[in-house]
Amino acid sequence: MRVVENLNHALREVLAGNPRAFLLGEDLLDPYGGAFKATRGLSTSFPAQVVTTPISESAITGVGAGLALCGDTAIVEIMFGDFVTLAFDQIVNFAAKSVSMYGTRVPMRLIVRLPTGGGRGYGPTHSQSLQKHFIGVPGLDVYEMSPLHDNRAVFAQMIAAERPCVFFEDKVLYTKRMHEVDDLFTWDLADGVARVHVDTPPDCVIIAPGGVTHRALAAMRRLLLEQEIVCTLLVPSRLHPLDAAPLVAVAREARSVVVAEESTAGGTWGAEVAHALHRELWGVLRNPVALAHSADSIIPTAGHLERAVLLTETTIHDTVLESLK
Amino acid sequence: MTTDLDRLLLIRHFERALLDLFAKGELNGTTHTCLGQEIVPVALAPLLGPDDHVFSNHRGHGHYLARFDDPAGLLAEIMGREGAVCGGVGGSQHILREGYLSTGVQGESLPVAAGAALHLRGSGALACAYIGDGTWGEGAVYEALNLAALWALPLLVVVEHNGIAQTTPTALAMAGTIGARCAAFGVRHVALPAEDIAEIRAVLTPLVSAVRTGSPLVVEFAVNRLGPHSKGDDTRSGVAELRDWYREMSDLTGFAEADARAGDLVDAVVRDVKARPLSTWSRP
Repeated sequence: MRVVENLNHALREVLAGNPRAFLLGEDLLDPYGGAFKATRGLSTSFPAQVVTTPISESAITGVGAGLALCGDTAIVEIMFGDFVTLAFDQIVNFAAKSVSMYGTRVPMRLIVRLPTGGGRGYGPTHSQSLQKHFIGVPGLDVYEMSPLHDNRAVFAQMIAAERPCVFFEDKVLYTKRMHEVDDLFTWDLADGVARVHVDTPPDCVIIAPGGVTHRALAAMRRLLLEQEIVCTLLVPSRLHPLDAAPLVAVAREARSVVVAEESTAGGTWGAEVAHALHRELWGVLRNPVALAHSADSIIPTAGHLERAVLLTETTIHDTVLESLK
Repeated sequence: MTTDLDRLLLIRHFERALLDLFAKGELNGTTHTCLGQEIVPVALAPLLGPDDHVFSNHRGHGHYLARFDDPAGLLAEIMGREGAVCGGVGGSQHILREGYLSTGVQGESLPVAAGAALHLRGSGALACAYIGDGTWGEGAVYEALNLAALWALPLLVVVEHNGIAQTTPTALAMAGTIGARCAAFGVRHVALPAEDIAEIRAVLTPLVSAVRTGSPLVVEFAVNRLGPHSKGDDTRSGVAELRDWYREMSDLTGFAEADARAGDLVDAVVRDVKARPLSTWSRP
């Protein structure tokens, strides 16, 4: 099953399980079914719950927050995650704050879905990875879609938490298969963190959000076959608040740690992970945690120019080698 | 029984007491009083039912008091004392209580109110959002008006047009008119002076009933802001000459007695709340 189908099933389960669950966004209706087809078929099955909206990211996120405030479950799709800047006020100043600024905890079942990332030639305003702008907002959870985490379980978890969530969906994942890893490796899932590994203690631990999984696996394969460097990949589903314990337990045994993400450099999720590991493992780590990310640049449209700035398999490969020096 | 006059005077004395407490250095932060605008929420109070959702703004003490008659809870909220509506966390402009919510970012509440109205659609209840003339500078207002008309939402937008946004007169901030902007969305708009409570209710009763069945409405009240934007920051001259219901009603039979009662009530609330221990907050 492809990731987009698994995501579609997750959305279907939410809508089927609760007639007061709503899905709002632009161009969601069949036969189009959303720009990336994540909502295909849903408006036909749940016509009263799938709401097509005008191009009004701020308002539809606010409407979702209003529904959530009244006890409904609201899932908002922002067609391209880049446009979430238009909904920043509703997410940061309204939804996230409403959970706690009224003195008691106010449950808010609001999920804002954000198709994210480059590699598809959409250019500077349709390719960004804006996760870092949502890290550390009190009351807001940040999740990222992963091919190793069943979206049905992730959506159930986000809804059960009753806190507003932003859910980043790296667009390159939609057409990949779920739970498919290189046959050199095995994988398991514990404490919300997927682990891809071989049966040998790792030289390097790579920590990455879901969208980077395939690039990390490709780098791991090359490192193993060409240089006999053993890596373990850890993919957390929830990026913030970060549960560092499962990462610390694995990182403790390695010679180096690399955090890889597609975000541009500066004030990143990766830096936050590195800080958490440094706090827990200062004196144990042999080297500082290394960061791999995209260049400090806008994302060009032409394929050769885009590849030159985005995080690639090679960026991760080279960062791992450097971290082991 | 609380009369309209009692409510008007409660709000007036409450707001005066706040400015007095600020002057004495007994309040933390800032506050925005609704001096001069009291008639609007008092006139609307009986038109709104317990299932309706009210969204208030930064200048919301009158909205709260007209709905709940709870000066002690509100003052405790503003002073961070025991018995505060929201534990002292939200303060003057962030209050949540049974279908009532205020928040401090201009325009932010209208899409949220549209969401609440979507939730309520078909139930006979409505979402009512108070905004000011200055709020019309925010794009979120227009996105929400579009949705309200498009989706036939039971949304009542109450505009307290006091002619000034903090220190900026409307003439320096608004091209065209609110009425024309509503017309562009096909949203019904009515303009009223905030003077005669009975007249306001007579005009609005059928219109508010129509809101409940999915005909959104913008009511624009012409009001005078008689106080500063927040505290002691009024840049205007001639405020004393502006019309004030308090002065105009003072000849009414029973006014002096009601005024004294409200003043005494607020004095007692201030003494009571000041003597309370600080509020506590269990951070979620």
